[in-house]
Amino acid sequence: MPSPFILDRSSVTQVMAWVLAALLPGVAAYVWLFGPAILVTLALATVTALAAEAAMLKARGYPARPFLTDLSAIVTAWLLALSLPALAPWWLIVTGTLFAIVVAKHLYGGLGQNIFNPAMVGYAVLIVSFPVQMTQWSGPLALTETSLTLAQSATVIFGGDAPKATLDAVTMATPLDALRTGLLQQLTVDEIMTQPIFGQFGGAGFEWLAAAFLLGGLLLWALRIISWQVPLAFLAGIWLAAGFLHFFDAGRFGAPWFHLFAPSVMLGAFFIATDPVSGATTPRGKLIFGFGAGLLTIIIRTWGGYPDGVAFAILLMNLSVPLIDQHTQPRVYGTSGRGKEPPA
Amino acid sequence: MSRKLFKFKGGVHPPEHKAESNVRPLHAAPLPGKLVIPLRQHIGNPAKPVVEVGERVLKGQMIGAADGYISAAVHASSSGIVTAIGPAAVPHISGLPDLCITLSTDGRDEWIAHAPLDYQAMAAADLRMKLRDMGIAGLGGAVFPSAVKLDPGAAHSCPTLIINGGECEPWITCDDMLMRSRAGDILQGVAVMRHLLGSTEILVGIEDNKPEAIAAMQAAAQSLDFAVDVVAVPATYPAGGAKQLIETLTGRQVPSGKLSTDIGIQVFNVGTAYALARAVHHGEPLISRLVTVTGHVLRPQNFEVLIGTPMHTLITLAGERDGSTGALMGGPMMGMPMPDLEVPVVKATNCILVKSNALFPPLPKALPCIRCTRCADVCPAALQPQELFRFAKTGDFGRAQEYHLFDCIECGCCSYVCPSHIPLVDFYRYAKSEIWAREKEKRAADLARERHEFREFRLVREKKEKAEKLAAKAQAARAQAALDQAKPAGLAAAAAPELAAAPSDADAKKALIAAALARAQAKKAGVVPKNTDHLPPGTQREIEEIEARRAKIRELARQPLESEEKKP
Amino acid sequence: MITAILVMVVLAVAVGLVLGWSAVRFKVEGNPLAEKIDAILPQTQCGQCGFPGCRPYAEAIAKGEADINQCPPGGEEGIKKLAELLGVEPKPLDEAHGAPKPKSVAFIDEQLCIGCTLCIQACPVDAISGAAKQMHTIIAAECTGCELCVAPCPVDCIAMVPIAEDLPHWKWKYPVIELKRVA
Ligand code: SF4
Ligand code: SF4
Ligand code: SF4
Ligand code: SF4
Repeated sequence: MPSPFILDRSSVTQVMAWVLAALLPGVAAYVWLFGPAILVTLALATVTALAAEAAMLKARGYPARPFLTDLSAIVTAWLLALSLPALAPWWLIVTGTLFAIVVAKHLYGGLGQNIFNPAMVGYAVLIVSFPVQMTQWSGPLALTETSLTLAQSATVIFGGDAPKATLDAVTMATPLDALRTGLLQQLTVDEIMTQPIFGQFGGAGFEWLAAAFLLGGLLLWALRIISWQVPLAFLAGIWLAAGFLHFFDAGRFGAPWFHLFAPSVMLGAFFIATDPVSGATTPRGKLIFGFGAGLLTIIIRTWGGYPDGVAFAILLMNLSVPLIDQHTQPRVYGTSGRGKEPPA
Repeated sequence: MSRKLFKFKGGVHPPEHKAESNVRPLHAAPLPGKLVIPLRQHIGNPAKPVVEVGERVLKGQMIGAADGYISAAVHASSSGIVTAIGPAAVPHISGLPDLCITLSTDGRDEWIAHAPLDYQAMAAADLRMKLRDMGIAGLGGAVFPSAVKLDPGAAHSCPTLIINGGECEPWITCDDMLMRSRAGDILQGVAVMRHLLGSTEILVGIEDNKPEAIAAMQAAAQSLDFAVDVVAVPATYPAGGAKQLIETLTGRQVPSGKLSTDIGIQVFNVGTAYALARAVHHGEPLISRLVTVTGHVLRPQNFEVLIGTPMHTLITLAGERDGSTGALMGGPMMGMPMPDLEVPVVKATNCILVKSNALFPPLPKALPCIRCTRCADVCPAALQPQELFRFAKTGDFGRAQEYHLFDCIECGCCSYVCPSHIPLVDFYRYAKSEIWAREKEKRAADLARERHEFREFRLVREKKEKAEKLAAKAQAARAQAALDQAKPAGLAAAAAPELAAAPSDADAKKALIAAALARAQAKKAGVVPKNTDHLPPGTQREIEEIEARRAKIRELARQPLESEEKKP
Repeated sequence: MITAILVMVVLAVAVGLVLGWSAVRFKVEGNPLAEKIDAILPQTQCGQCGFPGCRPYAEAIAKGEADINQCPPGGEEGIKKLAELLGVEPKPLDEAHGAPKPKSVAFIDEQLCIGCTLCIQACPVDAISGAAKQMHTIIAAECTGCELCVAPCPVDCIAMVPIAEDLPHWKWKYPVIELKRVA
């Protein structure tokens, strides 16, 4: 085996472990603000993902150990779980995770080969197939009279009989849903924003959740596990597109702050759009990728049929990655960037 | 120190491990009993042996002459008897033998007559010839013949001369030790380079983790009659790569596929400058160099070693330890594992790094690429290693070249950081050598096509010429006949044998062949059995089939020509 | 409805015109397909494909008269390239035409050679030098290893010597790494 004979200490497992660690502030904030239901969802998704991964590896004739310990399946599971409503029924979580691991990851060739972000494929399939169940968000504890304990949450998720009243008491529309419904009722943004679900500049509670994801994301960036290009461009895309619309008609379009701190944007910007496998690889490509995803998110939120657009935006950009990469090849040492001529 | 430095892209910071070997003083390695001197120690044509087995040679005597412009001579490193000229193990990863001259030393270490060169009075071309014949080649690793690099070519001068004391590879300290102990000599060599290249700006780049070397070089530079700027460059692997050092010091990049001389810069290793000084001021050809022996040995240190010394004698000198897992020539980033430790030290040997499982644990198994682009972040050539890997793995060499595979300097940074532990550089080496081999094959095929077409053309032409000649003859005969008709018939009869002469010529030739055949067969019968005799029936049948096919082909090959013949 | 049909018709006519024009404008002389095929063939000129050399075989493939799997020196890789060029499925080498062999060059035992020139006449690339009744030698750099000179030699003094791997011809191998089974 020829050189080099030494390696940096990094490994795929280490990268993935850091991603999981960076998600922890977000998870903690989630529990603090919305109750412990998310823990059940996370656990269920993790178990399903690992089982699916092991089964697929066996079916494809791969050794299970190295791939199970690379933790990539758990990352997929967590990202999906954090995108789902915390009180989503168990079969929703299992279906989404299975779809993500089996179809989006392994049928495309396994680790490193998938074109689409598996978690987002799982999410997209769920929201297209089960739009109603995908709205069972638990509301921020600050706004609901009662809250569910861990055991009660588990009962709800696994379809046990929770009193209908309790369930209604803890679930609420997300701010994005509220905005959407309000606009359909011909209310202006300002009128909608007076509803209790809206907080300082995002959704009540949700804005703090977003801040926690932002914190984790900055940690990943500080560790150089993700590059700055994708998150920055993604947030810039959202900010500019939302700001542009808001500037022209503040009555019909939400403020850019609101869009930035709506759920899923920070998660998308720092954890999902930065997925290396399905994202662009060149520095300029990453900027385009992130910006495009941000832009599409606002377009889908504003004119599309679903309240949130992060998943679809990222999937659409995944699709254009080969093209982006091909046209954004960086200038190689000693070349002018295009052909073989020397730099000027 | 006030010089503005530029940052090259990428790079890594592997643990340096320099302190192991640079704390012990430099020693000359004792004279070994046997020296094996390969004839191919430099890039270009291998040297041609100019001594015979059994001949006594003196230290410094040329034993292999340079062959062509890009070549360098090799010399006996000590006095002794030539015991063999033939293939022997050389320090190459393949383990393939190469042509070497083996000397049995006599312990007298007797020098051949040698004298300093008055380089300033010599014509530049003569001086370069002399240096080629003294075997001077780059000691930094690439071993390019220095005489070629010292030719400024059409530009007539090379304004910037950079002396590379970077030595960025972990573990290696031979350049460091050389600069500490022989800074004056190095700079004398630099003076010769400056003389030949007509350089006006001379920079010495040394990584800032070698303060002693920098101080020594700066002190030595004080006493020169020309300005030398000794610059400390940030220690980043591969800051000592020629292209990276150029960028750090001048902010310029060598255009892809070109040489640094095209932008008026030439780079030499400090060791080369030292060898040049020995050659010019002492008349000594390149017969020794400094070698770091480090890693899993008791006393890691630097030796001054005669070229041709077997590596294991050095390892023994430095104190062999149990549990070694082989040795590398070079550092851990770009070094090559040695097929065995009997191989000799050559001009390119800067370091012998003895491995052990503790120091260099076996590399972990690889996972698929996760496109994390860490490799691209550290690649000093600003390549996209993950894409190159994909193309090399699938054999898409065209795309690999489009993505500038040949601008890869094989520094190993990408493999070093890859979280999937993919041996990326290996794939690039494979792809490069595959592309070269295919190009060679393509050239051979083109040559064959050309020659085949020429042959077809020649056959047609010969046939035509023959036909013309025959026609002319017939014409002449007919004219003759017409004339003859007017003459008495007796004379006409005389012309007839002449016409019949051509076929009988052929008969004679056939007879000759038959005779030669008979002779040869007689001769052969005594020596070798015919290789188609006593074959198993299966093989015999195969041969017959092949024969039949060949006959058919010959038949086919003849057809077009025959049909052409029939036309007129 | 009518407009739609009209638009389609106009489009079709326009595209047809462009295509027709470019067919006339960019017409290539000669038989470029045969050239391209010939460029892929190894030029060993051995005739194992059943044609008197690579060029006739290339022409036969171009005309559709021969299959792409008849050239043993080209091997599997040659077949793959041909298949790619012609847009057909690659197929295994037709055993009837022989099996690929390691690349060799012919070597004449100069002690035995009687100088009959028969091998010179057989060599498709003029890689043998020598004159009548003189000892003959093979110019190794030009020999394609076609073996056509072996049979005609009346004293069997020509042998095929496989080219051994030496340092200048050494290649880096495909990395044997345990890519924990990368597909
Ligand atoms: S560092 Fe390794 S895993 Fe990451 S992109 Fe490069 S080759 Fe792929
Ligand atoms: S080995 Fe080649 S591709 Fe890898 S970092 Fe070095 S120059 Fe870049
Ligand atoms: S079989 Fe021989 S003659 Fe035919 S194409 Fe191949 S190399 Fe050429
Ligand atoms: S020398 Fe023999 S084997 Fe070589 S090309 Fe000529 S005929 Fe073929």
